[in-house]
Amino acid sequence: MPIPVSYSIRNLWARKYTTALTAGGMALVVFVFAAVMMLDAGLKKTLVATGHPDNILVTRRSSGTEIQSGVARAQAAIIESQPEIAIGPGGAQMASKEVVVLITQPKRGTGVPTNVTVRGVGAQGLALRPQVRVISGRMFRPGSTEITVGRSIAERFDGTGIGEQLRFGGRHWTVVGVFDAGGSAFDSEVWGDGEQMIQAFRRTAFSSVAARLADPSQFDALKRRLESDPRLTLDVKRERTFYEEQSQVMSNFISYLGLTLSVIFSVGAMIGAMITMYAAVATRTSEIGALRALGFQRRSILVAFLAEALVLGLVGWIVGLAFASAMQLVQISTMNWQSFSELAFRFTLTSEIVGKSLVFALVMGLVGGFLPAVRAARLKIVDALRAA
Amino acid sequence: MQFLKLVLRNALRHRLRTALTLLGLVVAILSFGLLQTVVDAWYAGAAGAAPTRLVTRNAVSLTFPLPLSYRDRIRAVDGVRAVSHATWFAGIYQDPKNFFPQFAIEPRTYFAMYPEYLVALQEFTTFLRDRKGAVIGRKLAGTYHLNVGDVLPLRGTIYPGTWEFTVRAIYDGIDAKTDTSQMFFHWEYLNETMKKRSRSYADQVGVYLVDVTDIDRVAEVSRAIDVAFKNSLAETLTETERAFQIGFVKQTEALVIAIRIVSYVVIVIILAVMANTMAMTARERLSEYATLKVLGFSPVYIAALIVGESVAIAAIGAVIGIATTFPVSDWFAAKVGTLFPVFKVSGETVILQILCALGVGVASAVVPGRRAATVKIVEGLRAIG
Repeated sequence: MPIPVSYSIRNLWARKYTTALTAGGMALVVFVFAAVMMLDAGLKKTLVATGHPDNILVTRRSSGTEIQSGVARAQAAIIESQPEIAIGPGGAQMASKEVVVLITQPKRGTGVPTNVTVRGVGAQGLALRPQVRVISGRMFRPGSTEITVGRSIAERFDGTGIGEQLRFGGRHWTVVGVFDAGGSAFDSEVWGDGEQMIQAFRRTAFSSVAARLADPSQFDALKRRLESDPRLTLDVKRERTFYEEQSQVMSNFISYLGLTLSVIFSVGAMIGAMITMYAAVATRTSEIGALRALGFQRRSILVAFLAEALVLGLVGWIVGLAFASAMQLVQISTMNWQSFSELAFRFTLTSEIVGKSLVFALVMGLVGGFLPAVRAARLKIVDALRAA
Repeated sequence: MQFLKLVLRNALRHRLRTALTLLGLVVAILSFGLLQTVVDAWYAGAAGAAPTRLVTRNAVSLTFPLPLSYRDRIRAVDGVRAVSHATWFAGIYQDPKNFFPQFAIEPRTYFAMYPEYLVALQEFTTFLRDRKGAVIGRKLAGTYHLNVGDVLPLRGTIYPGTWEFTVRAIYDGIDAKTDTSQMFFHWEYLNETMKKRSRSYADQVGVYLVDVTDIDRVAEVSRAIDVAFKNSLAETLTETERAFQIGFVKQTEALVIAIRIVSYVVIVIILAVMANTMAMTARERLSEYATLKVLGFSPVYIAALIVGESVAIAAIGAVIGIATTFPVSDWFAAKVGTLFPVFKVSGETVILQILCALGVGVASAVVPGRRAATVKIVEGLRAIG
């Protein structure tokens, strides 16, 4: 005959202050645990969403980022003319030769000079990225010194309003519109005409070539052919893979830090739960004696106290996760160490994080409550009843 | 004396609970110290910057080089004592995660400008003679077990190809704040190789380092340099080395802020654990406090007993926590390798840890202390823990 769960819950309710403190401590731990994972998930989601599954991105071998890469005109022409590249409307190859550079712009409000990615795209650049939509103003005209800025840039940087001008590469560039790239890394970029940019920055080579495959399954064949071509020293990657790799360093750091913190904090929270549960056992010794005298088994006592600790963990999880999910409204913008440029991303709550933090909270409750519950179950009836 | 005895006796009444509370405190104080040290490490580059050194870079952004011809023009600016330059190489050693800074430099002027890097004269001379030679920091040498004479191959990211260097010298820092996780090699070697491969990279340097004669002239000199290159193909931006380093930190500010917030959360968590313990303690002993009152002890004395007990536990926790911070941070520093060039627990951190512990000790005793001091004798005697 088990002891009803309501007994455990009512016991927690009887000592509200202590219960609130313990569950509050656990909630904080759950919050930190979930928030760190959400940050990591947001970073990955933003960068993965940047790549289109049918696109490839070609950069110079082992350059790692577009900023460090260089693809000469002749090489770009070879890439464009590969048979696997899709043919778009009007018979043009779906490929965009791009110039990617960093410029320094002051952040709005703080004035902190920050590295911003400027991307000069080819005529097909927009067609390759269906997620990019203009939300105000218009797209830049090809062949002009007009630029369109991503949403996060428009929100965070000085001089990025429509009609304002940015000065870089020895020229003034007029902002004519703002685009939304569906929460991808393009939201943190400034776009303009590729040929104009290559001249403004006095470069002889493009940074990268993005292209659409007619048949995505032909990727391996194309990669083999291009990477073994003696005229080219290039890396061919699926666009999605390329952007995922851009998240590695940051993601490692965030996960590593997050794990360390969660482990350390959970020790603190478990200790809190333990203290609470030991006290609960101590104050209710005679009660336990009475329950045993009524015929409840040791096992039932153990389960009742464990249930109490689990409920503590559950309350901590609910409160912690509620606060963590509120973090989804927060957008973090920081320098991505790998690409060396500004990237804005949101805390993102996934079902996996919800599940993981639930398990985490229950384990904390269980570990914290286990020893006190064992102690409660092992009390001798006579001694327990004698206790004042 | 009597008071202290009472406090300690009280603290030891519930051995298990006190031990658990202590453990919680130690963990929290330790993690708070670690987090503070991480934040400090973030700013280490800025802390090690000399006040009279300026960094001149391309105004567009750091990723754009400056022409070699600027060197002599900068030197001609009034108030400049010396000029050197450094170029970020961004090579990969074995694996992308083995990150450490590599600079192509002009050795004589560079090491003259950075007296905090100590190199043995004999080693330095062999380095000067070997075009493919490299100078590496003591910490870097330790991380990858490199010795003088070892070959150090790097895979270029900005400068394509595989580059082989020979370690010719190992430099030490003048103090713990100096970054000894860097690698330096001859800019001449880089330049000659690039001349053969792609002309557009030739005769370019990353940044110029400028030493100013007089600290009062720093602002004036940096303005003068930027004016000299106004409207040229490569306009410059000159700032103090400190500002330059802070610029990097600023861009990753969001993470620093997150870490700071978390370290405050740590304090709140300890507070919760500690306050809980003290609340229980006081609740259990209400009848005792009432008895003390009957005997004529003042409410203040009773409150002081509770605060004293709480602070005593906090103090012991702080001592153990601080003592363990040092070995743990050493272990952490060894784990992250060259990611944080300087990873040292500062005196300030220790003081903060002490303040937090005492603050928590006092704060968590306030409510129970007040309650015990104000409890009516009759009620207190009636109370059962």
